[in-house]
Amino acid sequence: MLNFSNSKVLSIYITFILISIFSLTNFLNFESPFLKKKVNLGLDLQGGSYLLLEVDSSALEKRRLQSKVILLKKALNKSLIKFDNFSINDDSIKFTTEEKNFKEFEKIFNLKGSNEINTFLDKYNSFELDYTIKNNLISIYLSKYGIINLRSAAVDQSIEIVRRRIDEIGTKEPSILKRGNNRILVELPGIKDPERIKELLGKTAELSFRLVTKDNVEFGSEKFIITDTQEEISVSKRIILSGENLIDAQPKFDNLNNQPIVSFSLDRLGSQRFGRVTSDNIGKRLAIILDNEAISAPVIQDSITGGNGTISGNFTFQTATDLALLLRSGALPTPLNVVEERTVGPDLGKDSIEAGIVSLIIGFLLVVLFMSFKYKLFGIIANISLISNLLMLMGILTLLEATLTLPGIAGIILTVGMAVDANVLIFERIKEELKGENSNIQAFDSGFKKSIVTILDANITTLIASIILFIFGSGPVKGFAVTLSIGLVTTLFSAYFISRHLTSRIVFKNRDNKITI
Amino acid sequence: MINNYNFEQKFKLANITSMILVLLSILMILFKGLNFGIDFKGGTLMELRCDSTNIQISDVRSSFNQLDLGDINVKEFGKKGDFLIKFERKSFDDKISIKTIKEKVSNELQGNVDFRRVENVGPKVSKELLESGLLAISLALAAMLFYIWVRFEWQFSIGSIIAIFHDVLITIGLFSLLSLEINLSIVAAVLTIVGYSMNDTVVIYDRIRENLIKYSSLKIGEISNKSINETLSRTIITSSTTLLALISIFILGGEILKGFSLAMIIGVVIGTYSSIFVASPILKYFNVSFKTISKEKENN
Repeated sequence: MLNFSNSKVLSIYITFILISIFSLTNFLNFESPFLKKKVNLGLDLQGGSYLLLEVDSSALEKRRLQSKVILLKKALNKSLIKFDNFSINDDSIKFTTEEKNFKEFEKIFNLKGSNEINTFLDKYNSFELDYTIKNNLISIYLSKYGIINLRSAAVDQSIEIVRRRIDEIGTKEPSILKRGNNRILVELPGIKDPERIKELLGKTAELSFRLVTKDNVEFGSEKFIITDTQEEISVSKRIILSGENLIDAQPKFDNLNNQPIVSFSLDRLGSQRFGRVTSDNIGKRLAIILDNEAISAPVIQDSITGGNGTISGNFTFQTATDLALLLRSGALPTPLNVVEERTVGPDLGKDSIEAGIVSLIIGFLLVVLFMSFKYKLFGIIANISLISNLLMLMGILTLLEATLTLPGIAGIILTVGMAVDANVLIFERIKEELKGENSNIQAFDSGFKKSIVTILDANITTLIASIILFIFGSGPVKGFAVTLSIGLVTTLFSAYFISRHLTSRIVFKNRDNKITI
Repeated sequence: MINNYNFEQKFKLANITSMILVLLSILMILFKGLNFGIDFKGGTLMELRCDSTNIQISDVRSSFNQLDLGDINVKEFGKKGDFLIKFERKSFDDKISIKTIKEKVSNELQGNVDFRRVENVGPKVSKELLESGLLAISLALAAMLFYIWVRFEWQFSIGSIIAIFHDVLITIGLFSLLSLEINLSIVAAVLTIVGYSMNDTVVIYDRIRENLIKYSSLKIGEISNKSINETLSRTIITSSTTLLALISIFILGGEILKGFSLAMIIGVVIGTYSSIFVASPILKYFNVSFKTISKEKENN
């Protein structure tokens, strides 16, 4: 165990240097992309906001079911299935039919392939819809995977829009990730007050232009109250133009009264439709509906053919800016709710870094002093091994561009305390071996040999616990698991190679002298 | 220096003490309950710093009390003028939001108020965090059990698991007794305690197994005693350095790491104790001998 060939020594120290050199790149500024790597500071250290958003899919589920109604009725008629009491509520479609029709219904319902009513989801190997039959009543509802599929699609769609909205505000390096089937994780470094972002993400921004109808004459109209003037209007359900046709929106000031307004431009299709509708309905009012609220309902003065228009309402410049931003980035398929929020101000982060570093330095010094005092010369070896351990730990964290959190710093300090264990195990073992053995070399050799199994056993148990923490832990706690796990690995390396090599040098130099540990 | 303490003699007393402590901890946890933080209970946390040092804890409490936020808990947090406020309210609407709370509290309290930290955990998320925390701890225990079962014999497996339960239960029992908050970082601490306690036990078990082969004629009680003595220096030194590091975090690492480092300190002390006084006696009760480990070898 104590014989090191030159090539082995070389490779040990080259490995050490190659890894630990990266701990320095955090403090220097290199141009090369490979040397530019740095440890990321977690939100708890640099300050920032962590938002977990959940899609509210109940509206989507309802809409999805509604979209099945006509198809279903058509198919039932086609297959000559007579049905009664057809109804739809929030989560199911119900109807009654005679028992002889059940088989036929099941046949059209469970048809694989091009089944328009009940799509087969290959991804989940399941149908989108499920049904129960009770007496003569058939209830159809979304299956478990149907709901998952719907949510997942909504999340995928939303992520893009969330990204656009956040990019528009211009935060630095936001991270936007899908979490599970129905959540989006947004991390915003440097954001101290996420209220504005929350507001912007909380709106779906579904815009529609619809004609105002005369009181209840037309079927298919609904009532709105204009937020601003409290005037009640009745609006046709037919959508002339929706947010999808918008290609740009900007806040502006009205030339006449200097009120903030939002000006928009439409795509080609939108311009054509808008031009046609406005020229056909001069003198009528056009309601602008956003998220089921009427913003305003101006009278159409002239046909608008250029594809440009403005929206006025009682805006402040801020609200006009926000509305323009929302319209530019597109509508969310469904509202997003904040289900978890953690925001840390930058000066708390700074305080945490300071406290973390101070306790690391003090903890480190205490351990180093303790070891020097306890083991003298061999204590210095343990301390060299400890320092190289820390350098490598930082190096690996940098190489992986891992995120360092406050608990992560605690993990490093804990590594300092626990890393000497390997050296202690070795030294204590050698002490015992020295008692019964005349040859120093023999004693050291068997001391290393016997302690290494124990060292492995002992470190693997802690490693298991920290890997499990890494898998299940969330947020800053994950950072703890990362530093602790990497710390255990670098501990093994520095004890098994660096301490052992340094020890062997001492033993060979003093092979005939008495060595005390 | 050769350690030669008679640990074996103390096993009985120690085990009775341990059993009483574990029982008390379980009773504590069951009847007094745990002080769950917002991570597991849901709710909102705000850490604020007032630049006016005249502001008293009662001022802060009354400024929050008017806002219909459910149960409110205010405490001083580190420096003078720093407060930590926790309240029950989990979700917000147009009438009350974090924004309006911030505005109202800033107006109410004199001087400049800085909201250094705001955390809000909804009911669904807190339930999931609790579940995944419990799952993580259970999995860690199972993984330890499996590892020791593969590396040693089943008697050792049971011994080490009982020791871990002992450590975790007493640590959590103490948290219940002292009404300390249980949050995500405590789960991390518990998992690390599990790893540490196991680590400590494994070192002694390794030695016991080695000595069982070396001194096949000795009884397990004597072997345990011998092994504990042989590894005693290491046990004490490692616990000391780990505690030095942890105490440094506890004192200097800031308020946020206090609970975590305290749990770890308790865990390390109890874990060290349990590997000597819980894990080792169990092998004696199982009457582990040279035959136990040699039989296993043949089967393999």
